[in-house]
Amino acid sequence: MLDVTTLEGADSVGKVQQMCAKAMRPLPEDPSVGPAGAVCVYPRMVKVAAKAVKGSGVNVASVATAFPSGQMRLKERLAEVRYAVGQGANEIDMVISRGQFLQGEYRAIYDEIASCKDACGEAHLKVILETGELTTYDNVRYASDIAMAAGADFIKTSTGKVPIAATLPVTLVMLQAIEDFYGETGRMVGMKPAGGISNAKLAIQYLIMVKEVLGEKWLNNKWFRFGASSLTNDLLMQIRKQETGRYQSGDYFTKD
Amino acid sequence: MTIKKTYKLFIGGKFPRTESGRVIEVRGKDGALLANMSQASRKDFREAVVAARKASAGWAKATAYLRGQIIYRIAEILDGRGEQFVSELVSHGLRENKARKDLAQAIDLLVYYAGWSDKYQAVFSSVNPVASSHFNFSAPQPNGVVGIIAPGRGSLSELVSTLAPVIVGGNCAVVLSPQDATTAISFSEVLATSDVPAGVVNILTGERDELGLEFAKHMDVNALMLCSSDSDETRALELEAAENLKRVSVHPNKSLKEDPYLITDFQEVKTTWHPVGV
Repeated sequence: MLDVTTLEGADSVGKVQQMCAKAMRPLPEDPSVGPAGAVCVYPRMVKVAAKAVKGSGVNVASVATAFPSGQMRLKERLAEVRYAVGQGANEIDMVISRGQFLQGEYRAIYDEIASCKDACGEAHLKVILETGELTTYDNVRYASDIAMAAGADFIKTSTGKVPIAATLPVTLVMLQAIEDFYGETGRMVGMKPAGGISNAKLAIQYLIMVKEVLGEKWLNNKWFRFGASSLTNDLLMQIRKQETGRYQSGDYFTKD
Repeated sequence: MTIKKTYKLFIGGKFPRTESGRVIEVRGKDGALLANMSQASRKDFREAVVAARKASAGWAKATAYLRGQIIYRIAEILDGRGEQFVSELVSHGLRENKARKDLAQAIDLLVYYAGWSDKYQAVFSSVNPVASSHFNFSAPQPNGVVGIIAPGRGSLSELVSTLAPVIVGGNCAVVLSPQDATTAISFSEVLATSDVPAGVVNILTGERDELGLEFAKHMDVNALMLCSSDSDETRALELEAAENLKRVSVHPNKSLKEDPYLITDFQEVKTTWHPVGV
């Protein structure tokens, strides 16, 4: 259920390849662990990632639409989506224009999501609401409703680039929105909390919430993902701790 | 009205209660209740190691001058709060003159090791003769996170004699102190007000039988100072420590003498080969 992520200016071909190898087989000595749901990269790295994970069942997710701010004309943002899909991305993580949302231009938000969905073609669309910038739970709920109505396959909390990322309360609001949307339309929408979920203990709190609100149906990597970069190692350390009874050290796990 | 102090743990510069909620009663010589001490659990220990690891890079990188100043500062603050420690030691059954001596010894130890901070590297480094055109030199570097299983009798100088040589060398420490005395936690109040960065020293009060093995097993503890006169205990811990090749330095279960080799016990030697012209 992990989207193993690297979204840094310093991402290089080598780093992405290394991350892909880890996403496919997180614990080299234990093939029963993993693989991750997807790797999440910038558009320029999609080709590298797609080649690296080919045939493994791991998806390639690309952020797009002038991530993380979204401050670019719609035309260029759509071109970015098409570029990422053309390079081989199976999933697109788009950002909404929070500025426009806060100005009350909800129609524009609906339209940009709908056109992105169009541009995605076969690829799945995840819509990042950047809840840390939406300021209120009402806004989060409203943005979730708009995104789902406009065709989002997933709604996602955050880019991980602003100080306030995924929180449990915000995720609850979004899960309830998904539940209501499912009740009204019968269409399932996935959930992806991202940013700041760095240890297994916190992750399990999210999983419990998903189970309580949406039920078992959502508890798989088709409908639920964590967006995280450092969660992987903590999970691996917990697994090793279960096996050996020893608390683990980051020194014995790959950093990238 | 007398206000009884709650003695908690010292982890990452904060004073949390044990997550386990367990306490143990500490009684004075006359049998009166002195305090309810936290009885640390495995999880508290784990949190302490996380805090120590977090502080480790910064403390290792701090200049020798700064580390020395901070350790000297501990001595100053401890001296200023001397009467509190004397009365605490007396309440645990020490005679007053013994208590004063113990305090003075603790302060002396801190000053002694503070002095070593900018000297041990100079003394224990070397330039090595090699048969090639290299400038070859070795210097001691801190181990990282060091577990200290402190002497089990609750005097202040015992605690300081194990802690000071570990931290002066740029290591972060997780100390297991016996829980039959309040001195260690009062001492952590001194640490907390002496500019010691959060996480450099973490003090747990708890059972050796319960936590000792955990110190040896934890993969993120790089070395262990064990004050034990029990050969079975020593052997058991050494066996567990072998898993990640932890260095185990065993000492008798009492106050350690001033000794610069206690600093080098928790240093690893880094050797550099630097090419030079013929």
